[in-house]
Amino acid sequence: MTMAPKDNSRQEMSVSAIRNGTVIDHISNEATFKVAEILRLDQEEHVVLVGMNLSSGQVGRKGLIKIESRELTPEEVNKIALIAPDATLNIIKDFGVAEKRRVELPRAVEGIVRCVNPNCVTNKQAVTTAFDVIGSSPPVLRCVYCERVLSGEDIVLK
Amino acid sequence: MLGCGDSVISIRDFEREEILHVLSAAARMEAGDHFGLLEGKVLGTMFLEPSTRTRLSFTSAMLKLGGQVLDFGEAEHSSFKKGESLSDAVRIVAGYCDVIALRHPWEGAARLAARIAGVPVINGGDGANQHPTQTFLDLYTVQKVQGRIDGLNVGFVGDLKYGRTVHSLVTALSRFECRQFFVSPSTLSVPAGLLRTLDDAGVEYEESEDLQDVLPSLDILYSTRIQQERFADSLEYERVKGAYRIGPEVLAAAGVKETLRIMHPLPRVDELSTELDDTPYAVYFEQARNGLPVRQALLALVLGKA
Repeated sequence: MTMAPKDNSRQEMSVSAIRNGTVIDHISNEATFKVAEILRLDQEEHVVLVGMNLSSGQVGRKGLIKIESRELTPEEVNKIALIAPDATLNIIKDFGVAEKRRVELPRAVEGIVRCVNPNCVTNKQAVTTAFDVIGSSPPVLRCVYCERVLSGEDIVLK
Repeated sequence: MLGCGDSVISIRDFEREEILHVLSAAARMEAGDHFGLLEGKVLGTMFLEPSTRTRLSFTSAMLKLGGQVLDFGEAEHSSFKKGESLSDAVRIVAGYCDVIALRHPWEGAARLAARIAGVPVINGGDGANQHPTQTFLDLYTVQKVQGRIDGLNVGFVGDLKYGRTVHSLVTALSRFECRQFFVSPSTLSVPAGLLRTLDDAGVEYEESEDLQDVLPSLDILYSTRIQQERFADSLEYERVKGAYRIGPEVLAAAGVKETLRIMHPLPRVDELSTELDDTPYAVYFEQARNGLPVRQALLALVLGKA
């Protein structure tokens, strides 16, 4: 879903603007550091700004991450959608929002989630995990192999 | 529709018409002699956890269609002992045969095997997950003894929480117009996830702890074993076991339909009295025998011969 670009809110400005890059907004507060982990921000060389406990009408208190000079890969977006399904992505060009969209779960995810079932074949030998997405808000996954249904805290990223 | 080159991994993969297609093929197998149909074909049996009945049934099905059977041997005597992975073993066996029947203790093993084998794989049970050939023979039995599947009241009694056979059959029956009744102690009731699936599919069902209440409504009663290891308290186990033990006197007291038929995946312990065996209610031995035409049909279908 693509939404019309709009000016940065005062809230976002309070964390300081970036010239070019990506702003991930409306992250549920508790998922903020998980998103940072997914994006390996500890190894990021460009400017990174992380905000938490920002007020939001949509998700109560929200997190916000700004990364200079970086576009997210589809795999990174899929991972974020699993743990912060309400997040929005803002592509920033020359201090303006060039594109704004919600993260969206694909119909299937491969290789990014660990199956919670210890007896699943994917936990017994080297197999790329695969899940069908059977619910999106909140995310619900079914393991293609053992058919275990995962939701909430059972969804553990690899 | 199930056809040449397809694998049979999970009953979830089969919609109503696809199930009926398999049952029709099974009826054709039972009605005639099809020796020679699979001549020149080889079934590789990989039963990597104990399962005498299912392996015998697959072997018999193949031999009766004129095919040959190559057995991988017991897990403890095989290459697994040397640390070979399941994937490697499946690739090797697939090179020697036209179809594989696999039983494995890991859930998802059959799906993995089907993705890499290059020949059809028939799941003979993957851990606590699926056992689709059992489900097909259960459905075949229901259809055969009642003449239909739609419109029936089907009751399940026993361990409905852990029973793989029950979960698969409940899922399959949700594709039909059946009303389902679940009788179990609350500690062994149908998992919430499965009930949600039934709700989503608009299936009518009832849950109860009292078998006597439910019995008069039923056309099919599917009994399963309650295992002692599921109970921390052995007294509780004895109480539950006694409450769900079925014999002629229980059926008479409840006033069941004359057309009620009782099924069980076997082996039974004492949940079904042997006094039932010679009554018209008991169809569990016939049910076991129905594994033969059903597995013949599945083998013939995936090898493009049915």
